[in-house]
Amino acid sequence: MILVQGLLWIFAPEHWTTTALSVGIPDALGAHLALSGWSLLISAIIALPLGLFIGHTGKGRNAAIIVSNIARAVPTLGLLSILLLAIPHVAGIPDGYIADILVFALLAIPPILAGAYSGLEAVDPQTVDAARAIGMTEWQVLLRVEIPLGATLIIGGLRSATLQIIATVTIASLYLQTSLGTFIADGLAQHDYVKMAAGAILVAALALLIDGILAIVQKLVSPRGVSRGETKKKKRFTARGGRAVATIGTPTTEGN
Amino acid sequence: MFASKRGLIAAGALLAGAALVLSGCSSSSSLSGSGSGTKTAKTSIVVGSANFSENVVLADIYGQALAKNGFTVTYKLNIGARAAYIPALESGEVNLIPEYSGSILDFLSKTATANSPSDVKSALDAALPKSLKALTPSTAADSDALNVTQAFASANSLTSIADLKNLKTFTLAANPEFQTRPDGIKGLQSVYGLNNIKFKAISDGGGPATLKALLDNTVQVADIYSTTPSILANKLVTLKDPNSLFASQEVVPIVSSSKVNAKLTSVLNKVSAKLTTADLLELNTEVSGDTKTDPAVAAKKWLDDSGLF
Repeated sequence: MILVQGLLWIFAPEHWTTTALSVGIPDALGAHLALSGWSLLISAIIALPLGLFIGHTGKGRNAAIIVSNIARAVPTLGLLSILLLAIPHVAGIPDGYIADILVFALLAIPPILAGAYSGLEAVDPQTVDAARAIGMTEWQVLLRVEIPLGATLIIGGLRSATLQIIATVTIASLYLQTSLGTFIADGLAQHDYVKMAAGAILVAALALLIDGILAIVQKLVSPRGVSRGETKKKKRFTARGGRAVATIGTPTTEGN
Repeated sequence: MFASKRGLIAAGALLAGAALVLSGCSSSSSLSGSGSGTKTAKTSIVVGSANFSENVVLADIYGQALAKNGFTVTYKLNIGARAAYIPALESGEVNLIPEYSGSILDFLSKTATANSPSDVKSALDAALPKSLKALTPSTAADSDALNVTQAFASANSLTSIADLKNLKTFTLAANPEFQTRPDGIKGLQSVYGLNNIKFKAISDGGGPATLKALLDNTVQVADIYSTTPSILANKLVTLKDPNSLFASQEVVPIVSSSKVNAKLTSVLNKVSAKLTTADLLELNTEVSGDTKTDPAVAAKKWLDDSGLF
């Protein structure tokens, strides 16, 4: 069974050291994480503020959806090949690294953007109005009410972006870059299907691990009483805004 | 078990593909010179080619040379990969195809170890089925070739692969399979004693990404096939291979035995004798470079310039 052979390949000590001719698993893993991290950082810098702006003001939502859909439709490998040749070499940065980061960042923008604006949109408007009514500035509304209450969906967007990046960074290994995809690309060319399986197992394991960590983060940042970004239909609320929703949304008994 | 099943499926798919391609490729552009040549013994011949431009140009050259010498030529170009057109050759649907001696030998005999031109030719003669015959190869060859930039070559006085031994270390770019191929890294180590190689896999067969890495000095040596236009365009230096690590890949006409006669042999031998690797490079540059010349036109120009017929 090829998956078992792949696992055995992973645990063979000779695959854990980098030589002049081949990369070891720890170095490939490190390179994979670094490339994923840079890509996620760039996409978050672009998409998070934009998504929060759209969610807070309600402006530009349609434009964001259109742009996101276009970004989703771009064939990643094709764009990578073009940018790779178009972007000149910068001393000190590995050849092709900038193109890689741009392409993977583009891939991650739509989910982060969607997570950010839908996270804010899911916050009950009456809660936001209440925040304004007690004299909060727009910044305070955003930072103290909207982001905390929408955090579940915002992190959810980052979570799916991270998953996509980790899975897709593998293709950078077709051209120059070391990553866990190196084992897949090399295995294919060398007809070494066990090596390919090992690479695939490593990528899947990494993706599951990181996703698990982010799931825990998501759980931790969710305010009590808020689940999946929805503040409605909750019976017990401790937050002041939450109570307002609950009392308005559901018939209550006096003196209860 | 696994491998053989895959093999069966692959072979089936290829056969089906070949049948489709062959049935669809009957649009023959006969360029037979009806006025010229001798009227006697007008033999018809079907010229085929693999599905890449260099091979198409070569097929056009063969076809036009034969047409000028009184053969009735029909073309079935761009048939596909070796697994598709070799059966067509054997069945007689196609009578003549330009081949590369080392690659066709590898295809026919998995255990072939011959590397030098003469060894490859004699091994090829032995490996070919009775229905097929290899004529005299040309010195023009499209093989793996290690290339360096002119600046790097002169800075380190490199002319041959053996000279790489004097470098402290260098990074070599090639397809990933170069790492495990017997005539890849292993061969460089055992044949040339190069233990100073760092390997960088780039999966584009010596294409633009490999070229860019070489020009950027991300890698210092790159495996780029000897007739790739980018070698000329960027004035790369191709390192000599004095110990014949890379199997000889001379262009050789493969013909149906039933079609072989003195006339055909003499025409194709003249073409092969005239054709050089530099010609191939130039033809490739014309056909796949910026001008995108039609292969038939490029072939005609080469034949006219050659003054052969």
